Amino acid sequence: MKIEGKRRIWKDYQKEIAEDRYFYVRSCVRQNFFPGSERTFLRIMKDELNKDVFENAAHTTCSGIGYHSDIVPFETVMTMVARQFALMTESGYENFTTSCITSFGLYTEILETWQHFPDVELRVREHLKKATGREFIVPKNLSHASDVIFKFRKEIANKAKFKLINKHTGKPIQVVEHIGCHYSRMFPSKGVGGAEYPYVLVGMIEDWGGEVIDYPERRHCCGFGFRQYLVQANRGYSLSCSKKKFDSMAPYKPDCILTNCPGCPMFLDRWQYALSEMEGITYGENGQGIPVLTYEELAGMMLGYNPWDLGLQVHQVPVEPLLDKIGIPYNPEQKFLTLDGMSIGKPETPTFLKFY
Amino acid sequence: MKNFGYTIQRDQSIDIDQNDRRIVNYLLSLEPSFNLCLGCGSCTGTCTAGHFVDFNIRRVHTLLRRGESKQLKTEMKKCMFCGKCQLVCPRGVNLRNLIITIQRAIEQIG
Repeated sequence: MKIEGKRRIWKDYQKEIAEDRYFYVRSCVRQNFFPGSERTFLRIMKDELNKDVFENAAHTTCSGIGYHSDIVPFETVMTMVARQFALMTESGYENFTTSCITSFGLYTEILETWQHFPDVELRVREHLKKATGREFIVPKNLSHASDVIFKFRKEIANKAKFKLINKHTGKPIQVVEHIGCHYSRMFPSKGVGGAEYPYVLVGMIEDWGGEVIDYPERRHCCGFGFRQYLVQANRGYSLSCSKKKFDSMAPYKPDCILTNCPGCPMFLDRWQYALSEMEGITYGENGQGIPVLTYEELAGMMLGYNPWDLGLQVHQVPVEPLLDKIGIPYNPEQKFLTLDGMSIGKPETPTFLKFY
Repeated sequence: MKNFGYTIQRDQSIDIDQNDRRIVNYLLSLEPSFNLCLGCGSCTGTCTAGHFVDFNIRRVHTLLRRGESKQLKTEMKKCMFCGKCQLVCPRGVNLRNLIITIQRAIEQIG
């Protein structure tokens, strides 16, 4: 990978990320897909970095999924987002941090719209006032949670108990990074590193000891695409997009895939199962698949958190081979147990994909 | 194999490294004038068969260069050997011999 030119581009796209006092908003879907990720973010921010992160229980969906599926009109979306800003204002915070990439893209889009069309902002303020009696100030700083982890990646590296090094070979772990489409493709200046060569995940991988794989379909969408998935008959299109990526990355033998979006890890993980059941195709060594991680999970792994506290047991593609490569200890008997030792039930064993 | 109610669309990207270029290499060794083609499309514009059926010599050229031999087999059956393409070719490519050589290559190489 020749990165000289990319580094030059990355330098052109540096964004300001707040230092402390974050108003954190969760994603609608991540708590079901990868339930440990957001909890791990809060744990890292509060326990490791001693930062002030605040959540408001009245926070609702930003309606981004409805918006990108052409179900919820923009005017309604803007009013709902204005309500989230009002919650931040009422809580006494100015730095807005989102867990979801689509929310981040939507908030960015709305702030840009208001900047260019102040009359729209005034109208939305009026809608919000009439509907809820609330008022808001526009966030001073808007960042995605991966931006925040990126900002503190060196601090995390200093506290890390493990490095992204294959303990058997001594070589760096080979990582495929996958950025959510709504992170910086719509507004390149709002993402770290721009749209073509986003640096947000690359920076984490490099500072934690791993090596990034540059492969032909690196910037291809995971295939989620909202409407592609929401209508069952269209799901083949979503699956085909993921397959295109897997076929392209497979020759480079990645050890894992790192993502910063709610949808991407879900689809890159679950579609490996669907592909194996539909066509008998498996990726990775010995049919074990390519593990897919969120950046919070990876950060938690580096910090030595128990893999089952990170929620790695709910991944479709088993993460154990990667844990073994890095040398992270885990207890297989506790994999499907709750914190108080109750069984959460074992999933069905896939036909082709290896199961641990 | 399981059926989840949707299918996988085949990838339509062209991978030159994966495709079979044996036919085009065979062709270039037997009819070197093929290298002179500049892709003007005069052959296709004047093609008698092309007026009646979906036949396009320029597309044949592209398929050959990409090594997409599967589609070539059906394409080559459409030529009437009238030779008008050869008459109008500004670079003097021996198109009739080219077509015969392609057909022979398909028979021999597959």
